[in-house]
Amino acid sequence: MTDLLAGRLREVLPDEAVITDPVRLRTYECDGLTYHRATPGVVVLPETAEQIAAVVRLCQEFRVPFVARGSGTGLSGGALPRSDGVLIVTSRMRRVLSIDLANRRAVVEPGVTNLAITEAVREAGYYYAPDPSSQQICSIGGNVAENSGGAHCLKYGFTVNHVLGLELVTPDGDIVELSEMDAGYDLLGAFIGSEGTLGIATKITVRLSRAPAAVTTMLAAFTTIEGGGRAVSAIIGAGIVPAAIEMMDALAIEAAEAAVRCEYPAGAGAVLVVELDGPEAEVDLQFAEVDRICREAGAFEIRVAASAEERAAIWKGRKSAFAAVGRISPAYIVQDGVVPRTALPEVLAGIDRLQEEFGIRVANVFHAGDGNLHPLVLFDDAVAGEGERAELVSGRILDLCIEYGGSITGEHGVGVDKSRYMPRMFTDEDLDTMQLVRCAFDVGNLSNPGKVFPTPRLCGEIPRVRKEPHPYEAELF
Amino acid sequence: MDPELIKDCVHCGFCLPTCPTYVLWGEEMDSPRGRIHLMQQHVEGTPITPEMAGHFDACLGCMACVTACPSGVQYDRLIEQTRAEVEREHVRTPHDRAIRGIVFALFPYPRRLRLLKLPMRLAGKLRPFLARVNPSLGAMAELAPPPARRIRLPRRVPARGPYRATVGLLTGCVQGEFFPGVNAATARVLAMEGCDVIIPPGQGCCGALSLHSGYDARKFAKRTIATFERAGVDTIVVNAAGCGSTMKDYAEILADEPEWAARAAALKVRDLAEYLVELGPAAKRHPLNVTVAYHDACHLAHAQGIRAQPRELLNGIPGLTVREVAESSICCGSAGTYNLFQPEAARDLGDRKAERVRATGAELLVSANPGCTMQITAAMRRGGEQPIPVAHTAQVLDASLRGTAVRG
Repeated sequence: MTDLLAGRLREVLPDEAVITDPVRLRTYECDGLTYHRATPGVVVLPETAEQIAAVVRLCQEFRVPFVARGSGTGLSGGALPRSDGVLIVTSRMRRVLSIDLANRRAVVEPGVTNLAITEAVREAGYYYAPDPSSQQICSIGGNVAENSGGAHCLKYGFTVNHVLGLELVTPDGDIVELSEMDAGYDLLGAFIGSEGTLGIATKITVRLSRAPAAVTTMLAAFTTIEGGGRAVSAIIGAGIVPAAIEMMDALAIEAAEAAVRCEYPAGAGAVLVVELDGPEAEVDLQFAEVDRICREAGAFEIRVAASAEERAAIWKGRKSAFAAVGRISPAYIVQDGVVPRTALPEVLAGIDRLQEEFGIRVANVFHAGDGNLHPLVLFDDAVAGEGERAELVSGRILDLCIEYGGSITGEHGVGVDKSRYMPRMFTDEDLDTMQLVRCAFDVGNLSNPGKVFPTPRLCGEIPRVRKEPHPYEAELF
Repeated sequence: MDPELIKDCVHCGFCLPTCPTYVLWGEEMDSPRGRIHLMQQHVEGTPITPEMAGHFDACLGCMACVTACPSGVQYDRLIEQTRAEVEREHVRTPHDRAIRGIVFALFPYPRRLRLLKLPMRLAGKLRPFLARVNPSLGAMAELAPPPARRIRLPRRVPARGPYRATVGLLTGCVQGEFFPGVNAATARVLAMEGCDVIIPPGQGCCGALSLHSGYDARKFAKRTIATFERAGVDTIVVNAAGCGSTMKDYAEILADEPEWAARAAALKVRDLAEYLVELGPAAKRHPLNVTVAYHDACHLAHAQGIRAQPRELLNGIPGLTVREVAESSICCGSAGTYNLFQPEAARDLGDRKAERVRATGAELLVSANPGCTMQITAAMRRGGEQPIPVAHTAQVLDASLRGTAVRG
């Protein structure tokens, strides 16, 4: 079947854009989450929306699943390939198609990296606001699929707040356009964050933001993580919305130090990176306030970046923290959960207890301002059973998040990794309702199947074995 | 290929945008992360297929990924081990073997290179024909710079003004034969900054070309070490980026022979710019009213981490303006012998670099590696316009210290 399909794919794509060599295929077996692997049946590297549409139509004809992938940096396995399917990689679609500064928007192809958008407009004084830590490589198409966030989303919002329009290929192979100006249902909002289950974005219209007049970045060191937590609550409580408030614990600091020699203050149990931006007078006023709050909460050292280089140095430690953990541990799981800001101390204490109970180390890096935790669960895959224990701890952390009224994902998506936790957060009725939305777009269940939802289902068959009709169906009929 | 080194990679992808071949082709298997994955497949028992070898061969060895990696993956060591493995296991086509044979029989030997200069001048006229026979031969003919008059360097150039140090100077193979003016300028600059410069005769290749292509470099390393020991210097100043990075690794290359490794470790190897900044400026700088673009050679910026020093030296010249080249961390495609073995990819990267160099509007390009100089000049010439002149940092400094104009 694959040979036959590959032959047909070569009719709609250049020869070298269809990969079937087994050695080459295997390099696509996972994204940024290496825990899950599957060698794709075929990989295609299209360069236009029409090519993607043609590939999707062939997948429909052959009834094989397809998965979209950008740069392959996702952390929930959202782009995990299907061995019985086609992996559609957008890494060759990386043109910035137009920049319209007067209307503060740009149109880009899905393979353009997040940072490349900012680089294209930086000289004119603009930037693209959402900034995942992997911004130099993650693709905007992937950002749209996962509704990616980043350190600065506290003040400026997530991808969904910065995408004004999309051209996409539906699971039927049609090319359609969605815009924020569309009347009726917010289909643009439904598509962003749908993790490739509702189609593949082929053109993205993004909002460009004016670079702030003034930026102040400070690093506050605390002896304990509780001190840092108190400072975060007090800053937000004072009505200040910083551009970012990030926290790292001692283990995360150790990793970043080993990787990029960020030279954070020695002996810190936690550091807080606070960035304030806006008009100069406002930033100065807020800075004085934040400085006072941090000192009152027990900060023993506060550094302020005096130049762009110093600001970059402070951020470098934070932004490289995930991969840097590779320096202090052979393997690790990056977790992504959300808790109400006020519950941070209790949840962190709970994570501490889990570390002791299972003998597994956890480094904590998080967007403290919006309660988005990124616990890094460390383990040695050469030690029998340690991977399983780490997996268990990772799951328990999500339980903690749910228990305190939070969520199992803040910005990395559900993907394949967290689909099994969905029932812990949602009732069967909730999940069935989501499934109905999905079925409205993807009747054949071929667009990134097996992601987001715990069990694969076909549309048309009644979701879950049930005696009574679904509550929403009951209302309709 | 050391499985422990492979394990360091966490598959984050931060290396992808820095990789010239990923930038060109957008394929996972032509990125550092993808190549490490291929190495892992080989370690797990997959034999080296022609496809796999092709992806390893396509790596420029520019080391930009080493700079970018937050997990500290030693890709430089991994790719060297891999290239050696490819040479052992993979049977190349006769065509491929012949070209490699020619290059490795010629380039590391200055005397043979010298003999080659006349035929290469003729080859310039035959280029279209050679390119048809084999793209590598075409590339070789295209890259050859116009013949330069040979400059015989004295064995010792005494310090001008107060004496500050004694250093040895590596003359190199390609640098010495094709850009003799650079070595002369380097010797003058060092002397004017108060150094006794010792230039041992009979120097050969430092081993860089072999090492970066998976061949044994130990013979070259030992000979170079012995030459400078005989000359009685413990600090060697190198003005070619690729040579400097290889010589800094001598102790590691000779690790299996402890006596030689110890002798290697006793030598201090410094890039010219690195050394001059460590030494501090003493000689008077005369103004040069020129706008230059500075090109980061990979083996300087990525392999040796030397970015600030050449800029500091250039900015220290009154009247001179330094402009940055966009995408400065992406390789120009020269990469040692890469432009001979992978002419198509090298050509694309060269064109990309030439375009960005031109966009700076600079009057002069400063490049501290002979390979880059030939590559970028050839690319600018291909672009149809008059190439802007290229000079080595040493030549710019030489002009400023002597109060003359820069001659590339």
